[in-house]
Amino acid sequence: MMNDATQVIQTLKVNGEERRVMFPAHHTLLEVLREECGLTGTKHGCELGECGACTVLVDGAPVLSCLVLAADLEGADIQTVEGMAEGQTLHPLQESFAELGAAQCGYCTPGMLLTAKALLDECEQPTDEDVAEALAGNLCRCTGYAKIVEAVQWAAAKVRGDEDGAPADEAVFGKEIRS
Amino acid sequence: MSDYSLEGQSPGGRRQDLKLIGKAYRRVDGPAKVTGQTVFADDYTAPRMVFMKLKRSHLPHARIVGIDVEKALAMSGVVGVLTGRDMPDTFGILPVSQDEHALCPDVVRFVGDPVVAVAALTEDEAEEAMRAIVVDYEPLPTIGSVQEALNTPEPRLHEYGDEGNVHKRITMEFGDVEAALKDADLILEDDFFYEGNTHLPMEQHATVAVPEPDGKVTLYSSTQTPHYLHKALTKVLGLKASHIRVIAAPNGGGFGGKSDPFNHEICAAKMALKLGRPVKITLTREEVFYCHRGRHPVQMHMKTGFTKDGRLVAQHLQTALDGGAYGSYGVASTYYTGALQTVTYKLPKYRFDSIRCFTNKPPCGPKRGHGTPQPRFGWEVQLDKAAHALGLDPAQLRLKNLVEPGEVTANWLKVGSIGLRKCIEAVVEGSGWNERYGKLPFGRGLGLACSSYLTGAGLPIYWNHMPHSGAQLKLDRSGGVALFCGETEIGQGSDTVIAACVAEVLGIGLDDIRLCVADTDLTPVDLGSYSSRVTIMAGNASIQAAERAKELIAEAVAQRLDVPKGRLVFADHRVFDAGDPETGMSWQEAVQCAESLHGTLGTTGSYTPPRSPGRYRGAGVGPSPAYSYSACVVEVEVDPDTGLMRVEHVWMAHDVGQCINAASVMGQIEGSIYMGLAEAVMEESAFKRLPKNRSAALVHKIPSMLDYKSPTFLDMPKMSSYVIEDPDPNGPFGAKEVGQGPLLPMPPAVANAVFDAVGVRVDQVPIHPHMILDALAAKAKGRPPRFGPGAFPAFDFGTPLKVPTPDEGGDGKATNPEEAGIRKDQGTMPETSNTGGPRR
Amino acid sequence: MMRLPSFRLLSPRSMDDVTVALADDPASTRLVAGGTDLLPNMKRRHQSAKTLVSLRRVEALRGIQGDGSSEVRIGAGTTLAEICRSDVVKSAYPGLHEAVSSIASPLLRNMGTLGGNLCLDTRCSYYNQTEEWREAIGYCMKECGDVCWVAPGSSRCWATSSTDAAPLLVALGARVKLDSVRGSRVIPLEDLYADDGIAYLTKERDEILTEVLLPSSDKTKTTYLKLRRRGSIDFPVLGVGVALVQDDAGGVEDVSILLGAVRSQPTRAKAAEDRLRGGALDDDAIAEAAQLARKPAAPLENTDFLARWRGAMVEKFVARALTSLRGR
Repeated sequence: MMNDATQVIQTLKVNGEERRVMFPAHHTLLEVLREECGLTGTKHGCELGECGACTVLVDGAPVLSCLVLAADLEGADIQTVEGMAEGQTLHPLQESFAELGAAQCGYCTPGMLLTAKALLDECEQPTDEDVAEALAGNLCRCTGYAKIVEAVQWAAAKVRGDEDGAPADEAVFGKEIRS
Repeated sequence: MSDYSLEGQSPGGRRQDLKLIGKAYRRVDGPAKVTGQTVFADDYTAPRMVFMKLKRSHLPHARIVGIDVEKALAMSGVVGVLTGRDMPDTFGILPVSQDEHALCPDVVRFVGDPVVAVAALTEDEAEEAMRAIVVDYEPLPTIGSVQEALNTPEPRLHEYGDEGNVHKRITMEFGDVEAALKDADLILEDDFFYEGNTHLPMEQHATVAVPEPDGKVTLYSSTQTPHYLHKALTKVLGLKASHIRVIAAPNGGGFGGKSDPFNHEICAAKMALKLGRPVKITLTREEVFYCHRGRHPVQMHMKTGFTKDGRLVAQHLQTALDGGAYGSYGVASTYYTGALQTVTYKLPKYRFDSIRCFTNKPPCGPKRGHGTPQPRFGWEVQLDKAAHALGLDPAQLRLKNLVEPGEVTANWLKVGSIGLRKCIEAVVEGSGWNERYGKLPFGRGLGLACSSYLTGAGLPIYWNHMPHSGAQLKLDRSGGVALFCGETEIGQGSDTVIAACVAEVLGIGLDDIRLCVADTDLTPVDLGSYSSRVTIMAGNASIQAAERAKELIAEAVAQRLDVPKGRLVFADHRVFDAGDPETGMSWQEAVQCAESLHGTLGTTGSYTPPRSPGRYRGAGVGPSPAYSYSACVVEVEVDPDTGLMRVEHVWMAHDVGQCINAASVMGQIEGSIYMGLAEAVMEESAFKRLPKNRSAALVHKIPSMLDYKSPTFLDMPKMSSYVIEDPDPNGPFGAKEVGQGPLLPMPPAVANAVFDAVGVRVDQVPIHPHMILDALAAKAKGRPPRFGPGAFPAFDFGTPLKVPTPDEGGDGKATNPEEAGIRKDQGTMPETSNTGGPRR
Repeated sequence: MMRLPSFRLLSPRSMDDVTVALADDPASTRLVAGGTDLLPNMKRRHQSAKTLVSLRRVEALRGIQGDGSSEVRIGAGTTLAEICRSDVVKSAYPGLHEAVSSIASPLLRNMGTLGGNLCLDTRCSYYNQTEEWREAIGYCMKECGDVCWVAPGSSRCWATSSTDAAPLLVALGARVKLDSVRGSRVIPLEDLYADDGIAYLTKERDEILTEVLLPSSDKTKTTYLKLRRRGSIDFPVLGVGVALVQDDAGGVEDVSILLGAVRSQPTRAKAAEDRLRGGALDDDAIAEAAQLARKPAAPLENTDFLARWRGAMVEKFVARALTSLRGR
């Protein structure tokens, strides 16, 4: 279908739910999600593709919703942070992020979670380097990233069915002091 | 709780009497933050809401000649404009610097200073209308640096301030420094420079103002200081304070950048009142750079004497701050560049001189560590130099000079617990310092540095005798506890801290507590999330409220069970007899008992810091109920061929007094390492002038997240953190701060590690690769192996305020206030009338 | 929130529809593939268009064909992430893999395309700024103004070529196919570029880059070194792409050394190539070639890091690239 107009009426499939929405052709997916769909879980920190806060999944791949034209997404499968939990049951990533304090201010968190989800969907047992590489486009100013890497690894272990994947005490309480 | 829960996990050796405090557990705001349910300011919406944009100055300094809004008003969707005339009253965070207007009425002072506000039905329309507004200016001369400010006393950026374009001048001396230096075996004089940088919270500032039918207005805002915003709104809007309600939304990061009342917040409220409909404004990232209030660029001259066995004799520190265009917290920042120089190592005599200058750049203010990372950088690098000059180990030099617990320093700060020795020992052992320092191959190096920070400021910003923090508890027959407190969650975990304090005292779970926070109508005042004050102040206030509730319940339960009150234990959702745990009742039954006995249950708690011993002008900045301590060792790899450096490993030990939530403490330590590293090697607020014959422009060089270099996952070193718990009697359960302190030793530790790696000094941060190469080239040519700033700007500080030290038998007062030009009618932060404008 | 100006969006599915749409009003029509270059530029209002033609639905532009033993064709609409994942690219053109996997961040590589990276607008810290910021400096000659602020005496624009893919692909001798309603043509990628920050592409406004054609990788060794501040996200402040063919004795049969981010186009270090060609690839030759490579580089104060340091790094990075290839 060609959208030959400055206004678009279109069906968007978000978190498995189809919605008919109308928006200006120049509005990005970020704007349409937040303003037309009421899905404010998707954040924005620059709107220029420089921070990663607005990351969502389009057909499973993490992309920056601030640089995607919503009018281009007819038929695409869009996933936002609101679609990660199954009812009241959190996704393992959400569990581990909450548990470890990998979300401090929480503003980069939705983008981090979705980028990490795409990684875990592809890779069962990532190394810490794999995690860092995959998340390198998502900036965080609070955590120093350590708890995020630990949370992704813990979630990966949980997804694999590895019950011993919790981070070591050292990661949570600091290194033991012997002196 | 999920099956992955950390709850109940606790390492050995920690306090066994505490059920929750000190363990690692899920933050109360965690689930909402991972599901997208947390409502940040920009997520608020309201019926009939319109969108606002600010037209900002494109000139660095100019007089406004004319404003034409006609074209904008005629555009589609536009519903209103405001100009400076609509809000003639000034505001500012400090009573002594009420120098900002919500919109500039006559003069703009930096590129980004707002002039006109315009509101429209959509943000698209507001933006187009903003571009259609025409402002005519008459350009004025510009100032881009401290030196230019000193060279250009006229025209003044402001009609107040100590002289010319010097906003603030400080000079004070604790003991006779020059006389003492005569006995020193080694005197080092160094010039250092710490470039400015900014907070860069992930969330851009946003505000929604909602007018109410009875003329009141409510603001939802990303602010760290709803109380002070409330005060500024009251002043500028001219409304009764009780008619303005400020609700701080959870902040998407603050780091000090959301601590001032801001133009956009006041404009949104005014516009909402004018239009009678809700108004939203969300800043663009570039506008966040213009709000700034970030780290001051500071030049320093540090002269310190040592004995040959490494004891400190005296120090004379001079600092010069580039303040930007407005006061902000600047007067406090200026004092902070000297105040905490004494709380880590015993400095018997100390002199401190400082100036803060106005420049045509976005205003600087408080960023994580507020004014102290800069002198801390110089201090710790100079100690490293001293250790080398004296042939001592840098760790040993520091251990030799540690302040004792309970000591009063030369500048009259009273230190409480000090776990710095343990911190140093932990990182020395962890990093293999004794085996590896000075012995690694060329290009690889270790550096050590320490620091200390406030656990809350001893004095409020507005002088008064009221509490700094308050908490209120409501309990009822449901067993639920509502905790009301003015504190603001900015990501640091303060909601969890106060909930945990109450849960610990009452022996209940975090999930039994409903929080209502940061609402100036509904919650008791808390001064805000700044100066690492929330854990100690809101924590203590919450504990007091909980203890009072516990007392009411204990009285009722003791009657019902016929057990002495003192024998009752509150734990595991029960209240029971310590002597016979079977005798007891559930928490809910206990509350019902109390409600039956006392009627409706409610308690309050409040906290005011202890009075500090200093009695001189300036003694108000530096006192704190408790000081945290940190030590770190950094390992770097420096490529001497390119100057490129990588920080490979950081060992950080932090004395937090007592963990409230161990997981959050680790998060704060790691986040501080990150931000300190960023300041050491990447981040800077750089400004750019164009060739003067062609342009008078003075612009922020890189106001974007692409060009302002915030480290990514791939830029992080390995981190090994040590949590030291040396409980402070003033802290809640002994807790001290952790949000800011561990940032401070990072920059000097990196610089010291570079020296260990390649034998050259870079006396400024951030350390760019060309600096290392230039220093190596200088070394190769036989010149001093150093890259750093030139001489400190020439400035006559006049006669210092002389304050005898405790060792000299002083009483905390200055001996020569008249001679030093201190006017009797002014304290450091005097109480001023709410309507007073700038001093004229 | 920064928003886009309004425009008309076309989302064709066939190449014919694309070229027709482009031909209709080439001056005010722009192509958008990944959107990672054009859309930020439009949000900052230094690029504009009445009509955007989205390439997202044009399947013909996507895909990688060939195995490296003969010519490999990469559709210009292939995402950078797809190229990173390609086994053919990894095994036959490791330098291209290095270059493409260093572009921006994983998120941007999921969106950005090879064609987009090759046509990336030249960058400059006086240009990649908002409308309001550019007003504050009185604009520059690349958009609205008449001065190049990086070199105010210059009559040309010195905005920097910032593509990571181009230096390596030019070194490889890649060719590109350009389509328009007037027909198709194939040109060496090197000829697509001109050393001018404004007119940095030689293609006509109604032409679209549709394919990148890589010569057989037989015997050619490639590498790409990138200099930037952070481990991710950042554009290059220096890129060095090298393609090397050695004879059986290890001598240099042929070599291409291309520098990125040092001028307005990918820049060939010709004197360095000449020094190496036909000789041994020993330390002395590498050192001399690296020194010669510095001359054509003209880094200016319009990106991260000091220009003089970036200039000095050309020599270091060329030497490192050559040394690493020698060992492969």
